[in-house]
Amino acid sequence: MLTKRIIPCLDIQNGRTVKGVHFENLHDAGDPVELAIRYCKEGADELVFLDITATNEKRKILTELVNRVAKNINIPFTVGGGVSSIEDVSILLNSGADKVSINSAALKNPNLIKDLSHQFGSQCVVLGIDVKFEDKDWHVYLNGGRTKTDRLAIEWAKQAADLGAGEILLTSMDSDGTKEGFSIEIIRQISEAVNIPVIASGGAGTKQHFVDVFKTGKADAALAASVFHFKEIEIHDLKLYLKENDILVRL
Amino acid sequence: MKVAILKYNAGNIRSVSFALERIGITPVISDDKDEILSADKIIFPGVGEASTAMNYLKEHNLDRFICSLKQPVLGICLGMQLMCAYSEEGETDCLGIFNKRVKHFVPPPENNKYGREGDSKVPQIGWNNIYDLKSKLFEGLKEKEFQYFVHGYYVELGENTIATTNYIKQYSSALQKDNFYAVQFHPEKSAQAGEQILKNFMKL
Repeated sequence: MLTKRIIPCLDIQNGRTVKGVHFENLHDAGDPVELAIRYCKEGADELVFLDITATNEKRKILTELVNRVAKNINIPFTVGGGVSSIEDVSILLNSGADKVSINSAALKNPNLIKDLSHQFGSQCVVLGIDVKFEDKDWHVYLNGGRTKTDRLAIEWAKQAADLGAGEILLTSMDSDGTKEGFSIEIIRQISEAVNIPVIASGGAGTKQHFVDVFKTGKADAALAASVFHFKEIEIHDLKLYLKENDILVRL
Repeated sequence: MKVAILKYNAGNIRSVSFALERIGITPVISDDKDEILSADKIIFPGVGEASTAMNYLKEHNLDRFICSLKQPVLGICLGMQLMCAYSEEGETDCLGIFNKRVKHFVPPPENNKYGREGDSKVPQIGWNNIYDLKSKLFEGLKEKEFQYFVHGYYVELGENTIATTNYIKQYSSALQKDNFYAVQFHPEKSAQAGEQILKNFMKL
């Protein structure tokens, strides 16, 4: 039977892993490839590399990193951050990425999803959606959660799935960084609304939070950064805990 | 040993190449027939859409060429599906090495609400296990070993089935006939267990 996936996320700046609180006070946290190898050994099912300050000038540093990751890592990985064109995606895939995550650019031009899935296949198109609960509904945010849009989360997720997105990476701005648990309700609503896998992100603090996001939130995968990075939760221990709670995992 | 990866218009060739380098093999990536014929082992990878890939193979006269190969050949993912007789994806006539039809996953009607317990999403994306292993390709692997899958179409069980997986239904996750081997999953992305399969293929 298909298992639920545990996905550590690595924040990247200038080709290095960085860590901070709410993207502020960033400090160097080492070589991403070394950290990625550690996660693989601990039993991560996939990895996500998010370039948090991606600009065109720095794209070359990112592609070199992607190439190094692809040579050294034997599990699938996604690369995201500032991806806005077919050319961006082509460069990242040719450097060895298995999937590319797009976010703001797709919201501004939804047909980008269609073009990318036609050209490269749905399996490599991960749509990032950042959401926040406001005025009694879940709204989609742009630019890493800084700009509110008039789109509603479920409607956008459905449209993206129809356009050919392969997976949805759903981040709740309300939960992100709180360590108080995932935003279960919107995760469940979107997972039930679309026929593609949903990766839940934002709020992981305890092993029980992962049980909740799979059992109640119906997520297909769960993503977290700091709890893994700072070894507050060890991936193998987490998977044993999930198994004890009757959740299928790869051990 | 010389290993050739057949180059055509379907992705993941680089991933396969990197995976081979990790087990100490530097493959040639080529669509040159003489180059491929001189190899001891041939890998036929693939991520993409069946009719587009099949059209490309026909245009480049690679279709009959692949069928005529005598060395061990390993088809991966779309490569495996193209080695069957017909695919529902794009209603495509394929190579016909395995006398099987490639069918689209259809979730059972009771799964009318997505995301419920059970298998409801298409394509299948993630780690699933392989069992009823019947080939040297799987030597040293435990039953129910995990492999990474990404696919929306599947091959039913049959006489050429050498591994089985369960998603929506039980289906062939690997096939073999004579010198032709094929896997639906991605050994190049399936951690140590995948590497073991690639190493086993090199020993055939």
